[in-house]
Amino acid sequence: MANVLVSAPKTAKKGQVVEIKALIMHVMETGFRPGTNGRIIPRNIIQDFSATWNGREIFRMKMSPAIAANPFVSFSAVASESGTIAFRWSGDEGFLAEHQVAITVT
Amino acid sequence: MTPRRPERSEAKSRDLFVHRQKMGPSAALGATVGRRSFLAGAITVVPFAAHATPDALAAAVKEVTGGSPVHEGKVKLDIPPLVENGNAVPLTVKVDSPMTPDDHVKAIHVFNEKNPQPHVFNAWLSPANGRALVSTRIKLADSQKVVAIAETSTGEFWSAHTDVIVTIAACVEDVT
Repeated sequence: MANVLVSAPKTAKKGQVVEIKALIMHVMETGFRPGTNGRIIPRNIIQDFSATWNGREIFRMKMSPAIAANPFVSFSAVASESGTIAFRWSGDEGFLAEHQVAITVT
Repeated sequence: MTPRRPERSEAKSRDLFVHRQKMGPSAALGATVGRRSFLAGAITVVPFAAHATPDALAAAVKEVTGGSPVHEGKVKLDIPPLVENGNAVPLTVKVDSPMTPDDHVKAIHVFNEKNPQPHVFNAWLSPANGRALVSTRIKLADSQKVVAIAETSTGEFWSAHTDVIVTIAACVEDVT
């Protein structure tokens, strides 16, 4: 299981715009660098990141090797209803990580 | 090393010593750099010939816009103009948009000029975001232009670009 760090408020007022930050541990190997033996290290990146609010997609991002190691993404969302915000990262070599946080909207 | 002769002055002797020190390691290097390490060095150079060029950048932009005109403005690309380490460059794209169902930013695309590939990321947004704002950290292989393009629900494209100077490049260094 990959190390994931997500920052989102636990409570929010309905209609409020909240900031969501997501960080995941990943090498994001570009596939352009030679290793110690002079051979190119194969590409190993996270390709897709998405966030859903109670199953409804609120944010999606397609990453390239130009995203720094340990990808950090921050975006905003309108607090619509109480529930869970789910995050999903997928990429090369069958990489898959999921994380959920609960949010109460009043 | 020649044994120190009594008639030689102190300074001259030091010069000789420094000279030998300079000669020593490089001479040894010349002797020990074999075919293998030379080839490894040669391979290191190859992948960076395949940089994304301004042409590749234009092609990547066209792929996203489909040839529609791209207007300057509305987009704010926040990236430091002078970057010490290209391995992690903070980047924020902010678009001036009401983010209503009728008029919102559908997508934000970021491109670069001189990394091996022109793409950096594509992010898809909706009115559920409230604000058209995306922040991340990117790699930059060289001092270059970074371009952000916002696609609105009304079919318009707005852009902003920044020239960034990078002192330590990403991707290029060895892993050692």
